[in-house]
Amino acid sequence: MYDSIILRSVARLMLPILLMLAVFMLLRGHNLPGGGFIGGLVASCAIILQLVAFGPEAARRVLRVNYLGLAAFGVFFAALWGLPSLIGGQPYMTSLWIPEPIPGVGKIGTPVLFDLGVFFGVIGVTTQIALLLAEERRPRETHDAGTPAT
Amino acid sequence: MVNHLFLPLVVPLISAALSVMLGRWRLLTRTLTLGASLFNLGYSGWLLWLVSSAGRQVTQASAWAAPFGIALVADLLGAVMLFLAALLMFCTIIYSLLSMEPEYEQFFYYPLLLLLLLGVSGAFLTGDLFNLYVWFEVLLMSSFGLVTIGGSRAQLTGGLKYVALNLIGSTMFLIGSGLIYGLAGTLNMAHIGERLITQSEPGLTTVIATLFLFAFGSKAALAPLFFWLPESYHTPPPAVSAIFSALMTKVGVYALYRVFGTVLPGELVRLAPLILVLGGTTMVLGVFGALNQTEIRRVLSFTIISEIGFVAMGLGFASAAGLAAGLLFTAHMMIVKTALFFLAGAAEQVCGTGDMRRMGGLARREPALATLWFLAMIALAGIPPMSGFFGKLALLQAGVSQGHYLISGWAVLVSLFIFLAILKIWHEVFWKKPVEDLSQRPRLAPALLIPGALLVILSLVIGIGAGPVAELSTQAGTQILDLPGYIEATCGPAGCDAVTLRSH
Repeated sequence: MYDSIILRSVARLMLPILLMLAVFMLLRGHNLPGGGFIGGLVASCAIILQLVAFGPEAARRVLRVNYLGLAAFGVFFAALWGLPSLIGGQPYMTSLWIPEPIPGVGKIGTPVLFDLGVFFGVIGVTTQIALLLAEERRPRETHDAGTPAT
Repeated sequence: MVNHLFLPLVVPLISAALSVMLGRWRLLTRTLTLGASLFNLGYSGWLLWLVSSAGRQVTQASAWAAPFGIALVADLLGAVMLFLAALLMFCTIIYSLLSMEPEYEQFFYYPLLLLLLLGVSGAFLTGDLFNLYVWFEVLLMSSFGLVTIGGSRAQLTGGLKYVALNLIGSTMFLIGSGLIYGLAGTLNMAHIGERLITQSEPGLTTVIATLFLFAFGSKAALAPLFFWLPESYHTPPPAVSAIFSALMTKVGVYALYRVFGTVLPGELVRLAPLILVLGGTTMVLGVFGALNQTEIRRVLSFTIISEIGFVAMGLGFASAAGLAAGLLFTAHMMIVKTALFFLAGAAEQVCGTGDMRRMGGLARREPALATLWFLAMIALAGIPPMSGFFGKLALLQAGVSQGHYLISGWAVLVSLFIFLAILKIWHEVFWKKPVEDLSQRPRLAPALLIPGALLVILSLVIGIGAGPVAELSTQAGTQILDLPGYIEATCGPAGCDAVTLRSH
């Protein structure tokens, strides 16, 4: 936690902007620079900025999810969308697209859904690591973080 | 081209992710893990049958043609290893369900096992050198989680050595891959093999091959880079030791056989004397280490190193017969070593310690355990009718027929010492009178012996049915060295360069 009024004001302003930018990055990513990985990093930047400015409790309030579970869900979701092509007799992860683009969102197909899984996976992993580091206490003082070192 | 080769990777991945998400419901997690490993076992058995009857199977991911996309190639070597990995993982999961303390499950024990299976299966199937590196990293990460699970000081020390050496090995692998990309302009293994036939630079190719020998040798625990193994194998729970002994070094062995046998056969011939010397050194250092230990699983860890020397010797013969014999021996060693680790874990549970000086009297107290241990022990020593005899026989036949008398004689001598080391366990743990009063300790649950018994029976079956098994391994050995066939399977009959030219 960093006690600075400038940082806190900026962090409060940046949270919605960064989250919107993350979704923008996610959706433009198939043919242009961006994608699930970059989008996920931007979204976790938004959360980590709260962590730096307001501390871990405030950062946990941004998204009330279990980040490890979110990461696992992302992996599950990404791996899942490689499977539909198998039904059509194509190899795993062959792209399937809907014929007409949706206005405002663009073309939707299995790669977009795969990217969405990557997006969740990256948010989950990076935020979990940052939160664990921020909430770490000395191992001698606490025993609830795991089995104590003997 | 087929499109199902991704299934043994996708099923463990999805199951692992689901078990992390649903970790609260332990029964569900266990069922998922068991189900996924059972699926992999069934699938890889079927794939082995398919490959042995219909030849290599290839899947191009996302339907991108081979040198551009990522190809999965299953030939006999890969299919045999995939099958053994799935089988041993299945046995380990049963053993874990019976023996593992439930506290470990909150540290994601079962998902880590599935990710290990994912990494290993990916390494056995991939047809791309850089992907091989990625799969190595996947299995390294999950194995680091497994080796330190529980977090005792000895485990963290062993884990640190394990990770440090493996990272150095991985870096060498990466440097080698970069150099080969600079030389051949591709990372697809079939394509590399094809390009190096025409545009090989003798000096540079040898440097790359030596880097690969270092990288895979450190992962396979080849001398002098084996010291991480005995440090890290005996500290985690027995189920983890067993699966490590089954899979970790064997991925290194597989990579050596694949890269030197299929991709760089010219360099295999050039480096063969070095590989033979390293193999001979590994054999003797491993067995002397084993003779010197007093902890049961440490002795077993050192005998793994010694046997890796035998496998390297098979590679060093640089012939189809040598590779076939090495593969047969690897298969035998994976099965028997895992069984021995299971049984050692059971013996430790009875005695409450793994220190052989304080154990004893198990032959009278647990006759079933002692019988199984005896059978596994003679399998390891190479006495018929168990599988070890034929593995060693094939290796020695290959060596003698090519005139490698010195190393063959050396191997026979080392075999005697391996027998001595394992006999020491037999004497200390089973034969001698109990040192401590064991009458108060609970009896062994017979179910705990099932996975070990299964593997011992399998070893016996391989020993009795040695004919078909040896035939399969001979076929595999020929296939490893058949680079034109590998290129044709991956990129089509005209070769990989034809695919890249067509796209211009």
